[in-house]
Amino acid sequence: MTSHIVIFPVVLPLLAGILLLLLPRQHLPLRRTTSLTSVFLQLATAGFLLNTVNNGEILAYALGNWSPPFGIVLVADRLAVWMLVVTALVAASALLYALRGTDNSGAHFHALFQLQLFGLNGAFLTGDLFNLFVFFEILLLASYSLLLHGGGRLKTKAGLHFVVINLVGSTLFLFAVGTLYGLLGTLNMADLAVKVTQAPAEDIALIHIAGLLLFAVFALKAALLPLYLWLPAAYAYTTATVAALFAIMTKVGAYSILRVYTLIFGAQAGSVSNLIESWLLPLALLTLTVGVLGTLASTRLRQQIAYLVIASIGTLLAAFGMNTEAGIAAGLFYLPHSTFAAAALFLLADCISNRRDVMEDQFEPGPVIQQQRLLGALFFIFAALIAGLPPLSGFIGKFLILNAAMSHSALPWIMGTILITGLFTLIALARGGSMMFYRAQAPHICRIDTSSDMPRSGMSVTAELTPVLCLLVLCIALVIWAGTITEFTTGTASQLLQPELYIQSVLNLEVKP
Amino acid sequence: MELLIAIIIGVLTACGVYLSLRGRTFPVVLGLTFLSYAVNLFLLVMGRLTIGSPPIISDKVANYADPLPQALVLTAIVISFGMTAFVIILSLKSFLEMGNDQVDGKHRP
Repeated sequence: MTSHIVIFPVVLPLLAGILLLLLPRQHLPLRRTTSLTSVFLQLATAGFLLNTVNNGEILAYALGNWSPPFGIVLVADRLAVWMLVVTALVAASALLYALRGTDNSGAHFHALFQLQLFGLNGAFLTGDLFNLFVFFEILLLASYSLLLHGGGRLKTKAGLHFVVINLVGSTLFLFAVGTLYGLLGTLNMADLAVKVTQAPAEDIALIHIAGLLLFAVFALKAALLPLYLWLPAAYAYTTATVAALFAIMTKVGAYSILRVYTLIFGAQAGSVSNLIESWLLPLALLTLTVGVLGTLASTRLRQQIAYLVIASIGTLLAAFGMNTEAGIAAGLFYLPHSTFAAAALFLLADCISNRRDVMEDQFEPGPVIQQQRLLGALFFIFAALIAGLPPLSGFIGKFLILNAAMSHSALPWIMGTILITGLFTLIALARGGSMMFYRAQAPHICRIDTSSDMPRSGMSVTAELTPVLCLLVLCIALVIWAGTITEFTTGTASQLLQPELYIQSVLNLEVKP
Repeated sequence: MELLIAIIIGVLTACGVYLSLRGRTFPVVLGLTFLSYAVNLFLLVMGRLTIGSPPIISDKVANYADPLPQALVLTAIVISFGMTAFVIILSLKSFLEMGNDQVDGKHRP
């Protein structure tokens, strides 16, 4: 039984998604219960797996009992399980917020939500490059529909751009996978890592091209510098719940970069070793700068948060781009923090925009917000959190990254960019916050818009803010147990930098008859 | 034969790239379709071109075609088929909501 636990995070949302399609549409409580149960079971499974792999064990699971490298394997190592835990936590908070009524503004929200989780969990667990493509497509197809959930002109426009650019990305992914298969004759990531060291000299140039094509695809998913333009509109116009869930989507790109370029094109890969080392760090720092410039130029809160997501991916990939154990460990600490904070800010922005009538989340002096003290305080805390002020988790994350950069040759660039952009983030958020909270006008202009899709009556502010508070508690937990978590991420980083552990546990997998 | 296939893939890709950079949704959809044709053909020939050799084990033959690219291309065809259907519906929706078929979605009510 325990040997099958690895496949649970993949099968559970798939079955729940299919079940949700079969349930009658008008039976909302039943669908909500199914969806919630599935998410909490995934959380429990991820917790159990975390406990199992904590000692450095790598669990490999041969699908259909086909022995690797011929069959597809699922691999749960520390990195994969860490991503599973973060995904489950964000999904639970986003779903709790959706239960307030967003889930009913379009068909099949819960089924799509579960299928999105199916794609995400599968992408984190799979040990096969083509299977990674398939899971990418699953999570993208679910995300296209979720993005359009609720309808509206702006959503359609942003959605069209998102779909088209991701379809081009999928094509590039297939070209890269095809080239690698044609040259190396395998798609299993562990086997690829072995084969790439034995590649004949005349193939090296083509392997280079395939590796860099893959980087372009992952950079597109992660919204790295030249390929980030799809993100702000898509994240700013979609429903708050979906935007909160999408906070983990860019991290799939970051995860894939970390996985593929430590395992297949890592330090031991012979003539293609450290393939993207010269690209990743400069691009990440530029992304961080452009993201923060975007937050300064934003005219709406949701747009600003979308640019904060870009800035956080820049910080994260700068940490990964250092390619040292300390750098990757710091990045893995920063990853859950930035995901939780971005998700919470998207939800909070929705709470604020619901209370500002026609002004929504534009940075213009609007009506006085109901519960303005509570919402203002929460906005202040999250602004401090994401800008990286002590004593919150953003500070610890950035401190670890800067600490890791101390021994790196690009130290002035990394330190300068991260510190200056931190200041500008703070200025941008202070401007937005003061515009919405301090310069609010007298309450008599505030008229309640009854045509809104959010039911306002009978909805207590506590129910609305519970998911936001959950995410805040998670960020505080990152501070309180920072020591334990840093130990775990350091272990993860050292496991990633010794790919032979991964390769051995996959290729020596004993298939039971 | 290899040269011919390579030229076909190249031409399909070039058409696909050109069309997907156009400003209206219909050429973009066609461009994406061309790109997916090109990549499907590319995946298929990555198992090398062989004539008259089966992909399934039998006693009579010694030479086999590589079955994996055929499986991969089948998956890729199914996915690109679904995606094309989705993007067509989405462009229709965008045409109906924006009142024009520009990718930029300049709104003229």
